[in-house]
Amino acid sequence: MIRINCPYCGERDHSEFTYGGDGSVKYPALDASMEDWLQAVFQRENIRGVQTESWHHVNGCRMWLLVERDTMTHEIHSVRVAHPGLQQALEDPS
Amino acid sequence: MTARRLDAGGRIDRSHSLKFNWDGRLLRGFQGDTLASALMANGENLIGRSFKYHRPRGIMSAGVEESGALVTVGAGAKRDANVKATTCELFDGLAASGQNAWPNVRHDLGAVSNLFSRFLAAGFYYKTFMGLPPFEWGQGTGWWMKYEKIIRRAAGMGTASREPDPDAYEHAHAFCDVLVVGAGPAGISAALTAVWAGLDVVLVEQDFEPGGDYLNQAGPDADATRAKLLAEIVDADVRVMTRTTAFGLYDHGVAGLLERLPDQQIQNNKYLPRQRFWTLRAKQIIVAAGALERHIAFGNNDTPGVMTAAAARTYLNRFGVLPGKQIILSTNNDSAYGPALDLATAGASVHLLDARPDLPVDLVNTVAASGVRVTSGTAALKAVGGKQITRLETAAWTGTGWQSAGSENCDLVLVSGGWSPVVNLASHLSTKPVWDQDNCCFLPGETAAHIHMAGSAAGIWQTRDCETSGRVAGAAAAKALGKTAPDISKPEVGGWSHAISPLYEVTVPGKKLKSFVDPQHDVTADDVRLAHQEGFVSVEHLKRYTTLGMATDQGKMGNVIGMALMGEALGKDISDVGTTTFRPPYTPVSLGALTGRNKGDHFRPLRRTPMDKWNLDNGATMTEAGLWRRPWYFARSGETIKEAYIRETTTTRHDVGLCDVTSLGKIAVQGPDATEFLNRIYTNPFAKLPVGKARYGIMLRDDGIVMDDGTTWRLSETDYFMTTTTAHAAKVMVWLEELLQMRWPDLKVHVTSVSEQWAGCAVVGPKSRAVLEACVEDAALVSNDNLPFMGVVETRLKNGIPCRIARISFSGEMASEVYVPSDYAPAMMDMLWQAAKPLGGCLYGMEALGALRIEKGHVTGTELDGRVTIDDAGLGKMASPNKHFIGSVLRQRPAMMAQNRPRLVGIFPKDRDQTFNAGTILCRADEVSGHGEGWITGVTYSPAFGHWIGIGFITGGYQAWEGQTVVVADPVRRENVDVEIVSPHMYDPEGGRHHG
Ligand SMILES: [Zn+2]
Repeated sequence: MIRINCPYCGERDHSEFTYGGDGSVKYPALDASMEDWLQAVFQRENIRGVQTESWHHVNGCRMWLLVERDTMTHEIHSVRVAHPGLQQALEDPS
Repeated sequence: MTARRLDAGGRIDRSHSLKFNWDGRLLRGFQGDTLASALMANGENLIGRSFKYHRPRGIMSAGVEESGALVTVGAGAKRDANVKATTCELFDGLAASGQNAWPNVRHDLGAVSNLFSRFLAAGFYYKTFMGLPPFEWGQGTGWWMKYEKIIRRAAGMGTASREPDPDAYEHAHAFCDVLVVGAGPAGISAALTAVWAGLDVVLVEQDFEPGGDYLNQAGPDADATRAKLLAEIVDADVRVMTRTTAFGLYDHGVAGLLERLPDQQIQNNKYLPRQRFWTLRAKQIIVAAGALERHIAFGNNDTPGVMTAAAARTYLNRFGVLPGKQIILSTNNDSAYGPALDLATAGASVHLLDARPDLPVDLVNTVAASGVRVTSGTAALKAVGGKQITRLETAAWTGTGWQSAGSENCDLVLVSGGWSPVVNLASHLSTKPVWDQDNCCFLPGETAAHIHMAGSAAGIWQTRDCETSGRVAGAAAAKALGKTAPDISKPEVGGWSHAISPLYEVTVPGKKLKSFVDPQHDVTADDVRLAHQEGFVSVEHLKRYTTLGMATDQGKMGNVIGMALMGEALGKDISDVGTTTFRPPYTPVSLGALTGRNKGDHFRPLRRTPMDKWNLDNGATMTEAGLWRRPWYFARSGETIKEAYIRETTTTRHDVGLCDVTSLGKIAVQGPDATEFLNRIYTNPFAKLPVGKARYGIMLRDDGIVMDDGTTWRLSETDYFMTTTTAHAAKVMVWLEELLQMRWPDLKVHVTSVSEQWAGCAVVGPKSRAVLEACVEDAALVSNDNLPFMGVVETRLKNGIPCRIARISFSGEMASEVYVPSDYAPAMMDMLWQAAKPLGGCLYGMEALGALRIEKGHVTGTELDGRVTIDDAGLGKMASPNKHFIGSVLRQRPAMMAQNRPRLVGIFPKDRDQTFNAGTILCRADEVSGHGEGWITGVTYSPAFGHWIGIGFITGGYQAWEGQTVVVADPVRRENVDVEIVSPHMYDPEGGRHHG
């Protein structure tokens, strides 16, 4: 069982979270081309090493998080809030 | 083996006698005994029968590696099979019996299979019953089917109880700074070092007594040391958990612990669980789990009266049982000299066979003073005696090999083939064990930074060094957590003054021996060689072919010998043969502990609507829909379910019906950009939905498949009330949060789940307006003008109950959904029912709800199963061509738009008197086989049509099957039925009725 340090709630068991998917995907505009959408929805790297993935603190604060996790060791390198504005507010509360 | 309890000595309480029952006989032991030590003290040698050959087996060890003394404890519902007598704490009233034997372990008719054992070698069943792959694949399968039952009964272990387990089990959670596994010399020192550095320490010990090897050592010194250390442990507030096994280590410092409560304690307190399954999160973990002594493979090395040298020392020093009078000890290393000395001192005659040509003179001198005879270059070759060893044939080392060297009478043979550090826990975290040729054992490889190996688990053999090693580990853990701790230098691995000599098997040319490698699964040295001969070169394959290491001890006794023999056959070093991966659990974990309290009513949460009690009080029979409990039907006296729902459906279409719809998902979508947000997620336009109106919407996934449908009501410019299907409520909420937080963070929208806050009732039927008029404060508000189809009003029911009403219809009738804050649900229902009843109305449940919606061809979660496009559901016109929305691009992939996809259809039986089942396959009349052309998702009796109807999907939709007969294939449940495919909009296709 891995443990994820939620920026809002602290370190919690992964059973409180649900795995989203590849957190590095930039989804195209709604009117983007079929090719762009195929890339975004279906094409995934099978990374051995550190990858960015999205996790939802579904049984906690319900925030979507971006987690940098090593797929070999399960080591977690960073956890940040997916919403850029909220992440910024955490980093610089002023 | 002629064991006897000594009058003094040991760590048992002779003043506290315990009665127990063994195979129907009443025996006595003492407080502090294990079942094994008590059996041994009573002179019981034959404890079990082996897995495959039914060979007699006795006690082989004094711990978790036991492969002989496997017994069944308890009876009836409380029966526990395959309990290791060596780890089973004796208590008053314990009842145990031998297993895998008939009529009993002493006289076992199944033992006849031992006579045919040369036919039962590794792979026998595969070859005999399955055919030799690939040429005869499956040829013998028929025979296997025929004989499997008999074979399974003959080969095996204890049988589990067929009754429900009456005991309670618990899940528990804990945190600590440092977890120390094992309360022996290393573990106790580690725990003290860590706790004195100011850390919160949990010390777990699988035994019922803490102390580890201190318990097995002779003399008062060990007692004094142990007592002093344990007092310090208590003083320092280390949290000690005995009878607790750390069965697995997981990522990020998570450990799985199984705590067994003492049986006596459970019997006296019915509120205590039998076992606790702990999830412990530790910042640092110290593994001081010890090491296990290995056997050597020699002829009949499984005979009762053959055990490890360390086990004999444990029975003597801890339990006060001298296990034999005339003892031969066969070893290849220094560690056996201690037990030899202790046993001789206690009065036994001991002959020590040291396989090494050069004897360790200092050790020989020490033991010789107590009368131990030592012979060099000699080893055990074959045990003789059947149910009890009487003689040992020995072999002498010639410099190039072994040769027979005569025999000697004995009643106990002890074996010490070296030690295997318990590297299992480190291995759980992908740390590969590394072979150490100097010590002939696997050592833990380099562990993760937060895991520290200590004591003999790290290959350190001497008690003093183990203590030091524990302090080193404790200090390392403390420093890692920012505490100051003493700098101590790490003791060297090993610690014997004379090198161990590798010895895994003793054979002499031309002599046929049955030498067990894994006694628990009856795997012999010949089986390993056979596996090699048949082409198995990988350890993992060897394991699966021979089942070596797959028994309840998971290879604790046999793995290393097996690998050594495999290496020999392959001409490789053990280090190149590799080791199999150890996986949790270290020792078996009961299913009861894994289940904990999550059984029966507590298997999963039950969601009750706020009108649950009201429904029950008003005659509802309930059913489960996902986690929800909902009314199924409201039978009047004497009615069957079918009669009830037909009446409810008819009444609703004719007059009015009320239905609890609280379980629908409800989401408040609020904010200045709420309209834009909804317009992006729904396929149909939401940009121009006026305040006071609702709209039915469909949302797709990114890939163009339908995610969910429901209505969304506009309450103000910036405030929407969205409803979802019951099944997808949670999923939709998560999806909206993902979109707002990750994809469109610029949108100023907030979503809140309000499913629990609002209770809903559907008021359905031609008289529904009359019911509403009778219940709202101002009847004019619900007139056709004020509340037209898809209209929304926020108002109050009588008595000032706030409510929101939308005129929406799932049934095709004129209908509204009324929502009130949850606490008002019973009051609302009272009011609506009082109004509906005099109008000839009814209450209806899920069954009638299903009938009404199937007649209309309305989809639910059953149809929206994650494979269906908006066109498949017949709702293609809901996909706006004038805007882009989630899924609008990928839904246009050619395969998603193909005409021959399964499409939503209605289904009528050709013979209107017939019916058919949901979940069945629709086939062409000329090809009733394979996957068919479609499937049925819902079936109901339709009062509107007067016959059974169905809803489902079929290739190309109803237009493609006009005039053709289709077969509902249902060979198992009922006969196949001929049906015709019709439009899904079976009832009132023009949709006039919902306008009233
Ligand atoms: Zn959180």
